[in-house]
Amino acid sequence: MGLGTYDFALAIGGEAGQGIATPGDILARIIVRRGLHLSTYNSYQSIVRGGHIFLTMRISDVEVQNHGDKLDLLICLNQDTMNRHQRLMGPGTRIVYNSDLIKPGTEDNGADLCGLPVSELTDSRNRLVQNTIAMGASASLMGIDFAVLEESLAHRFQRQGQAMVDQNISVAKAGYDYSQEHFKPFEQSPPTGGKPLAVWSGNEALAMGGAAAGVKFYAAYPMSPATGVLHWMAANARNLGIMVRQVEDEIGVANMVLGAGQAGTRSLCATSGGGFALMTEAVGAAAMMEIPCVFIDVQRAGPSTGVPTKTEQGDLWQALGASQGDFERIIVAPTDCLDAFNTMAEVFNLTDKYQCPAIVISDLYISEGRFSVDPDKINMHPKIDRGALITESSDTEGFLRYKDTESGISPRALPGLEGYVHLAATDEHDEDSTLLSDEFTNPHKRRAMVEKRARKFDTILADIAPPVLEGPANADVTLIGWGSTLDIIAEAAAALNAAGTSTNYLQIKWMVPFHGAQIMEILTKAKRTIIVENNFSGQFARYMRSETGFSANGHIRKYDGEPFMPHHIVDGVKAQVSGETDKYIPYQEITV
Amino acid sequence: MATTAINLTPRDFKGKSDPDWCPGCGDFGVLAALQRAVAGLGLRPHEIMAISGIGCSSNLPGYFNAYGMHTLHGRSLAVATGAKMANHEMTVIVTGGDGDGYGIGGNHFTHTARRNTDLTYIVMNNQIYGLTTGQVSPTSSLGMTTKSTPFGNVEQPINPITSAIMNGATFVARAYSGDVVHLTNLIQQGIRHKGFAIIDVFSPCVTFNLDNTHDFFKERIKKLEDDNHDTSDWKTACEKAMLFGDTIYTGLFFESNRPSLEDVEPVLKTGGALSMRELGLDKEQAKKIIDRIM
Repeated sequence: MGLGTYDFALAIGGEAGQGIATPGDILARIIVRRGLHLSTYNSYQSIVRGGHIFLTMRISDVEVQNHGDKLDLLICLNQDTMNRHQRLMGPGTRIVYNSDLIKPGTEDNGADLCGLPVSELTDSRNRLVQNTIAMGASASLMGIDFAVLEESLAHRFQRQGQAMVDQNISVAKAGYDYSQEHFKPFEQSPPTGGKPLAVWSGNEALAMGGAAAGVKFYAAYPMSPATGVLHWMAANARNLGIMVRQVEDEIGVANMVLGAGQAGTRSLCATSGGGFALMTEAVGAAAMMEIPCVFIDVQRAGPSTGVPTKTEQGDLWQALGASQGDFERIIVAPTDCLDAFNTMAEVFNLTDKYQCPAIVISDLYISEGRFSVDPDKINMHPKIDRGALITESSDTEGFLRYKDTESGISPRALPGLEGYVHLAATDEHDEDSTLLSDEFTNPHKRRAMVEKRARKFDTILADIAPPVLEGPANADVTLIGWGSTLDIIAEAAAALNAAGTSTNYLQIKWMVPFHGAQIMEILTKAKRTIIVENNFSGQFARYMRSETGFSANGHIRKYDGEPFMPHHIVDGVKAQVSGETDKYIPYQEITV
Repeated sequence: MATTAINLTPRDFKGKSDPDWCPGCGDFGVLAALQRAVAGLGLRPHEIMAISGIGCSSNLPGYFNAYGMHTLHGRSLAVATGAKMANHEMTVIVTGGDGDGYGIGGNHFTHTARRNTDLTYIVMNNQIYGLTTGQVSPTSSLGMTTKSTPFGNVEQPINPITSAIMNGATFVARAYSGDVVHLTNLIQQGIRHKGFAIIDVFSPCVTFNLDNTHDFFKERIKKLEDDNHDTSDWKTACEKAMLFGDTIYTGLFFESNRPSLEDVEPVLKTGGALSMRELGLDKEQAKKIIDRIM
């Protein structure tokens, strides 16, 4: 949650196709190799060329999983960026721009204007050259040695040949030197942290978590913001022996996952809300046939096509209600990137043990955000437990795939084994797979099978960790969040405590099964409860009320497509403590 | 395909339940032919997976002794593709009807043909929706009156044979369920064929389709093999498949040896069935993964 001794944020703005990713990647590499932490958020639009892209990168000497509240450095790659964001900057900040092409506004807000006369600094006509000059100037302003930038540029461009490396280094040097001569650097330069860190996105973490958990079949249809999982899987498929298929539609994706799951592989798919809507009939089919499989829904702003490149926590009720009929499914909403990674092995073990579908709810914010991580915290060899899975042939007769056991969990056999031939049916069936509609719809058998499947969930709560209240006991305010908002809420709580409003927080990850009793034990002692969520209608608030009867004192909700920033929550709490409102909707200052 | 010294008979492939099809239903002939075909090939129940969608004919896996999946309406080919990818050492047979395969499942039909997955797809085409008690289907003839087209069908039917050929299927055949010997032979050829084999079987619905009856087909059917048909000639195959008048051809229309999905998928080259492999990563794989994000 940042707020160490070094806390610096920069933003790069321009249009799609202008090469924003490159300086972003190069700077990120410099930062993590130094052992510093970072969190980046890219605000963009569904456009391949043009529009406006705004990449925010926060750098800290302590762990940070959100992009924070303030900007220290703004790098404008076009006039539009200057027009939109100059107003965000204030005294002590810097704005870097190509002064040949970009004119700052006339209003002086105290920011140092660092114009770079690009045509004087290079003969190159390449339009990307201004990015490299700006990167050189920014490194100088931040107090990064040129040698460090040089090494990173060489690493980045090595594949394009030495000439390309030399050209980039000389252009960056021109920007660096010009900045040294003409601009005042920031007072604090980035410290040297510990060992080098890694950088990953939530989508990479989900994919890597799946691979570590033993996924052997992955299917997908491309859909933002979930496509990163497909890209990772496709790139690593051959090394890891994972079958990766891009399928004709999400209905096909989900049903292939069922087929592979029934055949015995750990099977995974990822999509966003629209694709998940197409998959939902298969979720019920997995429950009925008792096939372990995992669906990832990376939420984006809906309904319908919605805002494809913006974030939201709007699919909770879709997950809860996915598919017709009355049945249980596991639903989990990881709280950050590393948690997303760890959740995959956990959820695969649960689906294998309980032979049921599971839905992992992520969102654009953590799936496409990029975060530093200590590589030693990534356990690529997690515990793998396949539950009651029979993997050896035998001469058994009368195998009952859906045996009505005390736990509700029936023995499952890998197809292909001798002695265990059975049918998995989406129709209601008896213990031996006989379709009940072939037996005059026997009501007693139907009841027994409904209860058998439901009974599996009686004990599942004991297998997962309940949520924990963080922060001072007996605080005046208790913030309640779910899924991806953990670090933002944690930072807001820290800021509130520092400002004299004692605040603790409860982040809830497991939606189904739900720790209703444990949560109520915490919340009945809370003085003022406020639920924070990234949607309009308060989906989690409604869900918690349905499960526990609990109603919070107030709400902070955001549904403009952009993620929360910590101060949005701080302001929301203050407005509620002062009695102004019990439902606070923050104003999004950065518009893209 | 493993063979075995134990000679099984069609009776060994009888499922736990008896068919609940109407007396006289064409699907009985298909079930009998399938049981004869797999017994004749020396396959054993645990080596086979039979996967269906929803509809009268999709109940078949319940009447057939093998690993089976009775999946969602229209999704059999998608499920079967996943199952085949997970265990390509098993023989995967997909069964269903015309509504299931060409209507609601049409998208998967197109793409499974293109992918050339090694599946044997037997479609019991009765040109009607039977289980829902008699509505028009994607293969119902123009002008046919049904409960949902009481004044006659105005929509052109799909031609499964030409569609399959155009979409890239590598074994495309048609049969009539009343000729079990001929159908058995085609199913055996389809199973032996490495790639997507589709056998569209006229399988009359004696309850709801009073146009395309057993007699209707018996009067019109002509076998391609009696006509010196060249199965590598897709153009002539399509011309012959378009005929649906006094002459209706059955037999193998088209076959090619384009590699199947399993053959071109590097992950399946060595190591056996995916579903039987060890889970988890080795140290080298894990290191490679972490190195990518450093």
